[in-house]
Amino acid sequence: MSNELAPLSDPGLPEHIHRKSDSDPVAEKRAEQQVAILFLLSGLGTILFIYSYIFVKTDLFIFLPILGSTNAHQLGLGMGLTIALLGIGFGAVHWAKTLMSDTEVIAERHEFRSTENDRSDFVDTVKERAAVAGLGRRSLIKRTLGLSVGLVGLSPILLLRDLGPLPKKQLEETSWRTGTRLVTDPGDRPIKASDLEVGAVAQVLPELRADQKRTLEDIGKDAVLLIRLRPEEFQLDAERKSWTYQGIIAFSKICSHMGCAVALYEQQTKHLLCPCHQSTFDVTRAAKVIFGPSARPLPQLAITVDAEGYLVAQQPFTESVGPSYWERSS
Amino acid sequence: MTARERVAGNVANYVDERTGAAAWMKKNLTKVFPDHWSFMLGEIALYSFVILLLSGTFLTFWFDPSMKLVTYDGSYMPLKDVEMSAAYASTLHISFDVRGGLLMRQIHHWAALIFMAAIVVHLLRVFFTGAFRKPREFNWLLGIGLLTLGIVEGFLGYSLPDDLLSGTGLRIAQAIIQALPVVGSYLSFFAFGGAFPGETFIPRIYTVHILLLPGIFLALITVHLMLVWYQKHTQYPGPGRTEKNVVGYPLMPVYMAKAGGFFFIVFGVTAFLGAVASINPIWLYGPYTPGQISAGSQPDWYMGWLDGLVRMAPPLETHAFGHTISWNILIPGLIIPGILFTGMALYPFIESWITGDKREHHLLDRPRNVPNRTALGAMSLTFMIVALINGGNDVIATHFSLTINQIMWFTRFGLIILPPLAFVITKRICLSLQRADRELVLHGKETGRLVMLPHGEYVEVHEELSPQKKWTLTQHDQAPAIALIETDKGGVLNPKGIRAKLQARFSAANAEVVAKPTSEDLKQLESGHH
Repeated sequence: MSNELAPLSDPGLPEHIHRKSDSDPVAEKRAEQQVAILFLLSGLGTILFIYSYIFVKTDLFIFLPILGSTNAHQLGLGMGLTIALLGIGFGAVHWAKTLMSDTEVIAERHEFRSTENDRSDFVDTVKERAAVAGLGRRSLIKRTLGLSVGLVGLSPILLLRDLGPLPKKQLEETSWRTGTRLVTDPGDRPIKASDLEVGAVAQVLPELRADQKRTLEDIGKDAVLLIRLRPEEFQLDAERKSWTYQGIIAFSKICSHMGCAVALYEQQTKHLLCPCHQSTFDVTRAAKVIFGPSARPLPQLAITVDAEGYLVAQQPFTESVGPSYWERSS
Repeated sequence: MTARERVAGNVANYVDERTGAAAWMKKNLTKVFPDHWSFMLGEIALYSFVILLLSGTFLTFWFDPSMKLVTYDGSYMPLKDVEMSAAYASTLHISFDVRGGLLMRQIHHWAALIFMAAIVVHLLRVFFTGAFRKPREFNWLLGIGLLTLGIVEGFLGYSLPDDLLSGTGLRIAQAIIQALPVVGSYLSFFAFGGAFPGETFIPRIYTVHILLLPGIFLALITVHLMLVWYQKHTQYPGPGRTEKNVVGYPLMPVYMAKAGGFFFIVFGVTAFLGAVASINPIWLYGPYTPGQISAGSQPDWYMGWLDGLVRMAPPLETHAFGHTISWNILIPGLIIPGILFTGMALYPFIESWITGDKREHHLLDRPRNVPNRTALGAMSLTFMIVALINGGNDVIATHFSLTINQIMWFTRFGLIILPPLAFVITKRICLSLQRADRELVLHGKETGRLVMLPHGEYVEVHEELSPQKKWTLTQHDQAPAIALIETDKGGVLNPKGIRAKLQARFSAANAEVVAKPTSEDLKQLESGHH
């Protein structure tokens, strides 16, 4: 191996080359002035900042090339701060580079390892102190202490228990019941089949009782997408077909992958796409996953109409909506 | 002695008699720091952290971390009278009705992006130059800790305004928690105080974002810097630079002026970005509601690789015995990142085991001289970049007129095929560069000057390198492979068995280098030439 042969020798630190400002008083003076100008420029930046803060209206917009229409107040503050900071920064660095000594200095390193004496003394000290405490002999104390320290750690964990309630059935249930009317979101108006043309999409929510207020948690489970196709376009089994009404099919809008709103509907291909991770669902085949990471179709809501002709749910969802979880059975 | 010197002397005396600091200060004010542009990367991270503390404190004066619903009544007309959380409304207030508020918000966000970028590039510098080797393994671990916390801290900060985009991010985080086997739904209900989104999560992560994590950051950064200080900085190899010394500029005044000035430059650049480059315009996204989303939903870049992995995961779920395991979430969201970060944290120990090198190292490696490490780095980086590309697949698809499917399939295969390819190519490039170094030392630099010899032959004049340059190119160690001892002299089998074999395998791969020129080579060349 080559390293067994003599390597080249280290020629040592190269000779220092002096800068112009080290020997030439004119260059030195020039460098000094440059630093001073940079510091003064910083002061001007602060003045611009103060001026913008006090005198430029917050709703004044000006047109600038590249930036386009820009808020003058915000730009004045920002550029003022920028100039103020960069002036100091460049000034200080220029000062260091041109006027402070640039002769490289050599410092020796020390080894981190303690001396053998210190190390053995340390071990001895530990042994001796441990003997004083009697750690080696009193194993009963040692074990009970270990046990109690382990147990004491449980208390803070237990204290966190009241951070939230137990899930109970909350992940399985939505507000949809048999006969719940579908209402528009936003607007809360009940919908008739005739309101939806073929090819149209609508986001709906369950109708509220008079005393109810809708929370974000409700929307996170109840949001449903209505899509109307021509009935012959569906490729559904008899049961799923009976869950549609005159070509209107309803799916949970909450993605079966990670719970984002599945909001992109491609009218030509009749695909629903989740913008988060691109899981793609085929509307004509009961939201079967045809691409992307989701492992399950979007749950379908069975719909029909009530006596007045408004769209209603035939029954609650038959499976949990949203992302999977350990207790989910299918 | 002038009056001013007397006052200074008195102050110094007062402080020293109460702290005994003089001896320490005397030694440390002249402490030597080596100079190299790549040593500024960690500095950028440090200064960005300071900027984050300053701008973040400003933001807390107005931000209201509450999910209570309020009706917006500020000066941003398009959202007037819209119901939204107090968190979102107060972020709008900071953006439109607090003078300098938008600037500070944008500086805070830009500083966070620069903070993470600086950490990552600093980590790459430390990795590729071998700065993590003994005695700096602790600092490597602290660095990995800071990187991990930085990702979490950035994500939490991004989630605070409670806009449509960040709420979508929280929904995904919640789905990852919920996917954990056995405890998932319980943890999610505890964390969110009930069903998603609840009314407690933003106040909770606010405390974590502005108190808990910054506190841990401060502690870790302090230890990180104290170790750099105590162990003295590494230096690049060169003439006069050895394992036993450190060559550079003294702290006072040169390094103080440079580093202090550099803080202002980093702050200035961040302020410039905050002034002209709009970032996270939350008023365009609207308040969060679980039923809505905007196309092109993207996390910040340092989460992009994770999102990319989740996007490309195959649709796998196991349903058995009334339970569900979501492999499509667990593998890309927890298992792969876990393996990557654990591997990264353990790397210094793995390398030192393979090389059997237990010496202290203060001279950095030139990446070409350690081909396997460099290739491994390129391989990991390729993996991350392929994942990151898929994290932006929707945006890339619309910008380059591709389909999501094309990008997804490209990255699904690319994630497996490209990293090993990167390994092989990088290793070959390293060896070629070593060969080029050898040529340079032995035959000098090609000058491009052609000379006609008396007998008509044309030759190119080669210019001999300076002794300094020759030393820089040849100073590194080329360790031989560790010989495998299968049985000892008495014929007893090596108790380490497979481990020894593995070590010998890796070590042999490491020993595959282009032999560096020795003084014998040069002497031979000289006697032959002239």
